[in-house]
Amino acid sequence: MKTFKLGGVHPAENKLSNNSPIQVLPIPKQVFIPVSQSLGAPSKPVVNKGDQVKVGQLIAKGEAFISSNIHSSVSGKVLKIDNITDQTDYPKQAIFINVEGDEWDENIDKSDKVKREITLSKDEIIRKIHEMGIVGLGGAAFPSHVKLMVPKGKKANLLIINGVECEPYLTSDYRLMLEKGEEILIGTTILMKGLGVNKAFIGIENNKPDAIKHLTDLAKDFEGIEVFSLKVKYPQGGEKQLIKALTNREVPSGKLPVEVGCVVNNVGTAFAVYEAVQKNKPLFERVVTVTGKSLKNPSNFLVRIGTHSSELVEKAGGLPDDTGKIISGGPMMGKALNMIDVPIVKGSSGVLLIEDSETERMAVKNCIRCANCISVCPMGLEPVLLAQYSEKEMFENAEKEHILDCMECGSCQYTCPSGRPLLDYIRLGKFKVGEIIRNRGKK
Amino acid sequence: MNDVVIYAVISLSAIGIAAAVILFFIAKKFKVIEDPKIDIVEEVLPSANCGGCGFPGCRNFAEALVNKSNKDKNIEGLNCPVGGNKVMSKVAEILGLEAEEKEPMVAVLCCSGSKANAPKKVNYDGPATCVFVNNLYAGENGCPYGCLGLGDCVVACKFDAMYMDKETGLPVIIEEKCVACGACVEACPRNIIELRNVGKKSKRIFVSCINEEKGGVARKNCKVACIGCGKCFKVCKFDAITMKNNLAYIDYEKCKLCRKCVEECPTGAIHELNFPPKKPKPEKVMEKQKTETVSTEAKVVDNKPEKDLNTGG
Repeated sequence: MKTFKLGGVHPAENKLSNNSPIQVLPIPKQVFIPVSQSLGAPSKPVVNKGDQVKVGQLIAKGEAFISSNIHSSVSGKVLKIDNITDQTDYPKQAIFINVEGDEWDENIDKSDKVKREITLSKDEIIRKIHEMGIVGLGGAAFPSHVKLMVPKGKKANLLIINGVECEPYLTSDYRLMLEKGEEILIGTTILMKGLGVNKAFIGIENNKPDAIKHLTDLAKDFEGIEVFSLKVKYPQGGEKQLIKALTNREVPSGKLPVEVGCVVNNVGTAFAVYEAVQKNKPLFERVVTVTGKSLKNPSNFLVRIGTHSSELVEKAGGLPDDTGKIISGGPMMGKALNMIDVPIVKGSSGVLLIEDSETERMAVKNCIRCANCISVCPMGLEPVLLAQYSEKEMFENAEKEHILDCMECGSCQYTCPSGRPLLDYIRLGKFKVGEIIRNRGKK
Repeated sequence: MNDVVIYAVISLSAIGIAAAVILFFIAKKFKVIEDPKIDIVEEVLPSANCGGCGFPGCRNFAEALVNKSNKDKNIEGLNCPVGGNKVMSKVAEILGLEAEEKEPMVAVLCCSGSKANAPKKVNYDGPATCVFVNNLYAGENGCPYGCLGLGDCVVACKFDAMYMDKETGLPVIIEEKCVACGACVEACPRNIIELRNVGKKSKRIFVSCINEEKGGVARKNCKVACIGCGKCFKVCKFDAITMKNNLAYIDYEKCKLCRKCVEECPTGAIHELNFPPKKPKPEKVMEKQKTETVSTEAKVVDNKPEKDLNTGG
């Protein structure tokens, strides 16, 4: 069975919400839509206080090359444009909308009918994806249209659809594959056309046998799409690991996957692309997993962007008393939240409630030079060395040791028997090295 | 037997002489001519190598001083904050120049988010350095501008002029020891520490908050935040106070230390230092008490500085 060779760990899967079908979350009374939801520059609001908006109406425009459009997820009145504490825990600009009814933009096709025929051309597809504000829904929220525009001199020959979902607890991609399989495959075909390739691989870990079977059966009707079952190993959902696992190609250090002819997109993104291109529907809702061991009903919700996380938790049975930590995303790469009232954004894949007893960190002991962190690093780095360089502020050395290749998967810290905060220091080092490189560019 | 010794002595001496000749010429060719003044100036400097002057060490600063005096015939813009006017006038004497008088400065902490004023909302148990936490989230008390209380500034201070007050969770600056080198200002990822002039009899008035959020939001996290109400701005007769981004700032060059703003501030964000106690007016008692409890620096420094930081790892 295929998998990537270097490193990797296998944390307990804990996919508690596996059997919970996607439910549509009732529309909240008020939404808070941050204007910076994707990588790159924040978008610029194009509505004013007091404006009436419809579902799917453009409310913030991404003007820079790497930025995305943002659409209203509800219909109603713009209350104000003000700062709100978002997942980064810092005040960010957001558009507050008071909900009135549920009136959709006329251009959106609300019917359930699956539309297979693709009428748009390559350039039109890219433009549409840009217009509809599609970003990568795997977590990093990289604007999708940028991914489809292959830089000059490079050539893509393979599209990879990421259905790995290697993070423990999360099941939103899994449920989407089971329930919207055909749409995902059509979305994949659209992406193939937009990219100008005739081959696509879908990688799914073999802890989701029914999703693999479902998509394999459906893929028989689609030309050029192949579904692969992969051995369960974290972080297989990382772009570079997935490419290595499926094609045995290795992306060089500091380069993008297109260097080896691959472009990777998430299954959620493929579904969003289908809706944008075939149904004219901008990205204003997504599937979010709400889960946790002591949560009453771990479930998957279709949520409007800008809904408070607390509403999801409420719907899933309320915040358990023994909650010690609230995480946006998965347990390995997610971000602990300071408060539960943060809006769901395009990049939120889950809300995870961890029990108090599980949140305590191990006491930090001395490094025993066991090299476990080195053997599990999927990028072939030496986490112990990088963490030490960062701790001692030797950032130049850290840069030489390729600290920027670290994708912060957390395998090193997960495996460390001494409980050392390796990733914490590596993150600090990455930030500092990034700063140094930017300053160097200025001089 | 004797021959061997003689040959060895002769050959070694020959090699020695040849090497000496070569070294003599090389030394002559690559001789570094250095101004002897540099050494003299360096001896006057405090040798703290703190970097407060903007150079890596005292030697580099001495070089810069001598070079500038040779080139421009002045040493404007170069200042040793540690030595202050005393050292700079000595340096100027050596170089045959006049030193400009600089107002002595001292570091002040512009945050009063102590454990009592800004209670903790979440627990953090990762590495204890402010730079890292600043990247991660707003901090335990939720204020995205406030002090994180992990003491990067204390680690950076080379003069033992700072310590962490365990009770308030804020760093304390020991005025007598502070030389205004600016290391803490540099180390603080949130730019909370500011260098201000010492002032007459060390009296200072400043806004102890840098939160730019709107009043309500700021107050949610911290009782003594500046809410940008502008009351101090209105009461100030000397135009020393500017309002920007929901925040008041007192210009120490214009401030005449009249203390009107301190009384006016509804949250007690404006601090006064080293003033003789004023007789509290009956109706102002409450507010007065508030400012006294939040003042972190006004304490006479009798506690010993503690180095109790665990710098992660």
